[in-house]
Amino acid sequence: MRPFTYEKATSAQDAAAKAAAMPGARFIAGGTNLLDLMKLEIETPSHLIDVNGLGLDRIEEIDGGGLRIGALVRNTDLAADQRVRKDYAVLTRALVAGASGQLRNKATTAGNLLQRTRCPYFYDTNMPCNKRKPGSGCAALGGFSRQLGVIGTSDACIATHPSDMAVAMRVLDASVETIRPDGTTRAIPIAEFHTLPGETPHIETALEKGEMIISVALPRPRGGTHIYRKVRDRASYAFALVSVAAVIQRDGKGAVALGGVAPKPWRVEEAEALLPQGPKAVADRLFAGARPREDNAFKLTLAQRTIASVMAEAKA
Amino acid sequence: MKFDKPAGTNPIDRMAVVGRPTPRIDGPLKVSGKAPYAYEQQDVPGKPAYGYILGSAVAKGTISAIDTTRAERAPGVLSVVTHRNAGKLGKGRMNTAHLLAGPKVEHYHQAVAVVVAETFEQARAAASLINVDYARESGAFDLAAARAGAKDATGSDAPTSVGDFAGAFASAGVQLDQTYTTPDQSHAMMEPHATIAAWEGDSLTIWTSNQMINWGVKELAATLQMPPEKVRLISPYIGGGFGGKLFLRTDAVMAALSARAVKRPVKVALQRPLIPNNTTHRPATIQRIRIGCGSDGRITAIGHESWSGDLEGGGPEAATQQTKLLYAGANRMTALRLAVLDLPEGNAMRAPGEAPGLMALEVAMDEMAEKLGMDPVAFRVVNDTQVDPEDPSRPFSQRNLVRCLEEGARRFGWNRRKAPGQGREGRWLVGMGVAAAFRNNINGKSGARVRLDRAGGVTVETDMTDIGTGTYTIIAQTAAEMLGVPLAKVTVKLGDSAFPVSAGSGGQWGANSSTSGVYAACVKLRDMVVGKLGFGPGDAQFEGGQVRVGNRVADIADAAKGGELVAEDTMEYGDLAKTFQQSTFGAHFVEAAVDRYTGETRIRRMLAVCAAGRILNPISARSQVIGAMTMGVGGALMEELAVDKRFGFFVNHDLAGYEVPVHMDIPHQDVVFLDEADDKVSPMKAKGVGELGLCGVGAAVANAVYNATGIRVREYPLTLDKYLDRLGEVA
Amino acid sequence: MTEGYGAISRRDVLKTGAAGAAIAGSIGPGQAALAQPDPAAPPRAAVGLKVNGQAVRLDLDTRTTLLDALREHVKLTGTKKGCDHGQCGACTVIVNGRRINSCLTLAVMHEGDEVTTIEGLGTPESLHPMQAAFVEHDGYQCGYCTPGQICSAVAVLEEIRAGIPSHVTADVSKPAPMTTVEMRERMSGNICRCGAYSNIAEAMADVAGVKA
Ligand SMILES: Cc1cc2nc3c(=O)[nH]c(=O)nc-3n(C[C@H](O)[C@H](O)[C@H](O)COP(=O)(O)OP(=O)(O)OC[C@H]3O[C@@H](n4cnc5c(N)ncnc54)[C@H](O)[C@@H]3O)c2cc1C
Ligand code: SF4
Ligand code: FES
Ligand code: FES
Repeated sequence: MRPFTYEKATSAQDAAAKAAAMPGARFIAGGTNLLDLMKLEIETPSHLIDVNGLGLDRIEEIDGGGLRIGALVRNTDLAADQRVRKDYAVLTRALVAGASGQLRNKATTAGNLLQRTRCPYFYDTNMPCNKRKPGSGCAALGGFSRQLGVIGTSDACIATHPSDMAVAMRVLDASVETIRPDGTTRAIPIAEFHTLPGETPHIETALEKGEMIISVALPRPRGGTHIYRKVRDRASYAFALVSVAAVIQRDGKGAVALGGVAPKPWRVEEAEALLPQGPKAVADRLFAGARPREDNAFKLTLAQRTIASVMAEAKA
Repeated sequence: MKFDKPAGTNPIDRMAVVGRPTPRIDGPLKVSGKAPYAYEQQDVPGKPAYGYILGSAVAKGTISAIDTTRAERAPGVLSVVTHRNAGKLGKGRMNTAHLLAGPKVEHYHQAVAVVVAETFEQARAAASLINVDYARESGAFDLAAARAGAKDATGSDAPTSVGDFAGAFASAGVQLDQTYTTPDQSHAMMEPHATIAAWEGDSLTIWTSNQMINWGVKELAATLQMPPEKVRLISPYIGGGFGGKLFLRTDAVMAALSARAVKRPVKVALQRPLIPNNTTHRPATIQRIRIGCGSDGRITAIGHESWSGDLEGGGPEAATQQTKLLYAGANRMTALRLAVLDLPEGNAMRAPGEAPGLMALEVAMDEMAEKLGMDPVAFRVVNDTQVDPEDPSRPFSQRNLVRCLEEGARRFGWNRRKAPGQGREGRWLVGMGVAAAFRNNINGKSGARVRLDRAGGVTVETDMTDIGTGTYTIIAQTAAEMLGVPLAKVTVKLGDSAFPVSAGSGGQWGANSSTSGVYAACVKLRDMVVGKLGFGPGDAQFEGGQVRVGNRVADIADAAKGGELVAEDTMEYGDLAKTFQQSTFGAHFVEAAVDRYTGETRIRRMLAVCAAGRILNPISARSQVIGAMTMGVGGALMEELAVDKRFGFFVNHDLAGYEVPVHMDIPHQDVVFLDEADDKVSPMKAKGVGELGLCGVGAAVANAVYNATGIRVREYPLTLDKYLDRLGEVA
Repeated sequence: MTEGYGAISRRDVLKTGAAGAAIAGSIGPGQAALAQPDPAAPPRAAVGLKVNGQAVRLDLDTRTTLLDALREHVKLTGTKKGCDHGQCGACTVIVNGRRINSCLTLAVMHEGDEVTTIEGLGTPESLHPMQAAFVEHDGYQCGYCTPGQICSAVAVLEEIRAGIPSHVTADVSKPAPMTTVEMRERMSGNICRCGAYSNIAEAMADVAGVKA
């Protein structure tokens, strides 16, 4: 871990301005991803701006419906919030399927969205990795890629985004609200928040330099049956091989997004129109153009079967 | 004392303390955070500096240049030790690869340098400022590819053959010929390898985490090329080892070298992401098993071959071991074949040989039972043997495998088991599996010193270790039983090379061997006590803090009135292990449920029935078994070091990537010990259980998954990707 | 099926081998551009914690984790380091009433916080009920994961009582029930390689007053 100076931010705008002005500055929230990566010198900030204590840890109702979740709300608190449990249960379910109780007590809404991939070659600084060191190559191609992406990937990077929470937020059409260094704010639809790797896998989100997440807005509740199904090798405390977030209405229509398969929560709205035709039709459309590796081709089968399981559960 | 004929009646047979469920005497320290592990020792002469290890970035090659100047100039840095300034190093007999690389690199993450700094943070940061250039060489990293070039192992691992295996197999009415694979596995003990080293003149003290104190002393002395008398090794608490801490590892060597370089104590813990590649692992195997039977279910031919790899000079994973002894059959063969691989060093991990061997053999037995149309329990019972099948003149000292199987079947509700693929509960496919457990008993020479003080307090000193096995407690129980004092009167001091040399902890020999050593020392102390009390000859009774011969009685403390009594002895063994085959037995039963959509497996019930001689402490013995069962579930369902065959290393080298079972994977576990005492093995009449508990578990899980799904998977671990496409259509 | 799709063939790998050596040259750092190491002493900061009820003031390298602050500076070594990366739970402590992994948080971020470690729960002479239950049910073997397990176990019972849902809660709109399955799921962030899980479940059930 490189040496760094540390300060507590005094306001969100102050934090954003400082982050833009100081080279090597980074926000730190729960620290559970950033510090992990700093210990390995995958992240090497020279200045940390602590964004805890800015009052961004509240969940508020939005006039006209919906919830505004502060960027610093802990995963545990978000999962346990009565309004979320009642109206956005898929989000609660996704949150409690992630990490461990201890980590969820620290992990924040913003930090969770911004956590980086768990690709094992990204984590090993001896290995070429375009995401960690642009232009160095991708060791995962032709390597051990069982956990990695099958769609939305590129020749430069096949990593997945590991968040469970983000998959539920995608199915709920959340938007990420930010403040920029000049004090202006904007809302980025979750669909556009994470970017695909293309030639530049080190760029992972739509955020600009210094831009800070202040909240995530959920639109009005939509009812329906909320399911989050996470499949992994052990029963808990593991990242998803495949996960499915679904909100299914009584008439069989609904929204479905997948985790563990792509560099971002994977949702294809046209696929949802095929829900009445059954899981195969949905999966075929979701994975049109998929480029699996030998190690992870099973994810296509698994995704389809998991969708089938979710649809059966929704019917039951 | 020498144990060379079957034990008669002795004071242990009273079982007033030994054999009673006894909570660990070190428990209160452990649960309150007061038991000091290696990195935490505070009674070190001077404030330790911190060492941080840099691992090699390549699997094989040469360090062509190494530039440490920036690291040396970094804040707080005291020294950087590499092969260039470490001085000439030897190598321990039991290490295959060197513990410091350079100029040659023998495996990935082999230690290349250690940075010593005032603080941990400074050492870690400076380690990344070292520039190393490697001339990388290509290597062999793929066991399947190297299989053809593998050679027969030699010595005690050499091929065996009895009767005419080929002929008998060819003419057998029912044949099975299958190949199974097990992956590389990591010990993944919770406490990383860690050491504090301090020099005083030319004497070295290390506080470390090591299962085998005496080996550690010798190997460290050999590595540093110094006399073993000058090395003191202290290891009172060990945060798990499972074989990974049997040997000297780089933390100890690097700490010693650094402490010498900076002339003050240095502490070093291996960073978790280095552990899987820097240390040893259980090597992967490819196993071919052939069984031939008559239609009566009797085995006429049994053959087991296993291929594994290791660095040049290393050894095979002895996966065929149990097949020499477990089942009857007149015609038999085993062969271990070893390929040279440039992956990290393979070595012992809990139940080496049997653990992967039974993962294959006991699935083969399940498959054969099905071919024969026999119940898998009945098939094993029919093929029981009471003598060494390779040498029928050698009976087993005690063998209750059949009782384990039958008792287990009864308790588990085995008769409710359905045909493969028939058990269904909602979205779950449910099935049961069984496997035999088998592991040899080994006795090791083991010494102890026992002191009796004026207050009647007893102190036992031995360099034996407690790696979670419960050694502190069973040694206290043994001394209390032998000397007739309450448990609370016994103090046990372990894990210090200043104490008499013990058998150490490994190969499930620890409990029986070390308590037998304590037994020997106590016998000596009893004689001294009787002598001091002037009771003359006769059958002395030690009970309730008193000594009685005939009608003369005295407090045991009286014997030490004139000063502490100290007795030391070592238990050694004669030929009984040659005359009698000494082994431990068990049966594992598992109920598994497989999600018919996703293929996720959940273990619902587990039962182990063990026959392992006298159980010294049913509480800690049971814990050993449930822990082993847990590791067996890991091996069956998730554990695998993923090999990158291009770069030659284990890719998933941390605890997020290498998955081991968590709480949610493990149901309530039941363990039953048959009431046994094996008088051929030792005066304690006990054998080991710590590895037995693991042997066969993986196969029982695999057989349960087969029974649930009707799908046979022969490549461990049984992850869902291996059978998802065979699970049947889902709507 | 995916040959040629950006794959490194075996031959390429060996070519990358040469490049790999070049990469290796800058590997330790792991990054393309290396800033010149700052010759000045690394930044420090002061922090005040309340550890097991006692005020502690520390002046620390900003890089010091709460775990290392406890173990190496306050000399409370009951809290264990198993992985230093949030992957094992051995470092679990309770901060302001919540359990966290002390390895993945900076000490300087805890100004004024109340930290409870295993030493603060009870002593060998006067064990906390959970500690006593671990001894009674043999909820450990080597003991290395144990302080983390116990801190977690104490907090888990509180979490269930507080109604916080978990992955196994059937209906998240209702409070979670006090069952061993709930406990096992919530304890899954504490790995025990010795495999004491079944006994830990019994110890917790005992303290919670439910059937294991
Ligand atoms: C062993 C382990 C297992 C895990 N398993 C799972 C799992 O199964 N599922 C899952 O979803 N997650 C999992 N996680 C990841 C965990 O959820 C994330 O580490 C966590 O959510 C990150 O949140 P944080 O607040 O700690 O982020 P931090 O580490 O503080 O920050 C992460 C990133 O976000 C940036 N950032 C933080 N706040 C803001 C802000 N307001 N605006 C802009 N940028 C900001 C930081 O600069 C940093 O780059 C696991 C983690 C570990 C260690
Ligand atoms: S898949 Fe992406 S993250 Fe992984 S090694 Fe390749 S470039 Fe790096
Ligand atoms: S040491 Fe913190 S989780 Fe392992
Ligand atoms: S008791 Fe050893 S890891 Fe849990």
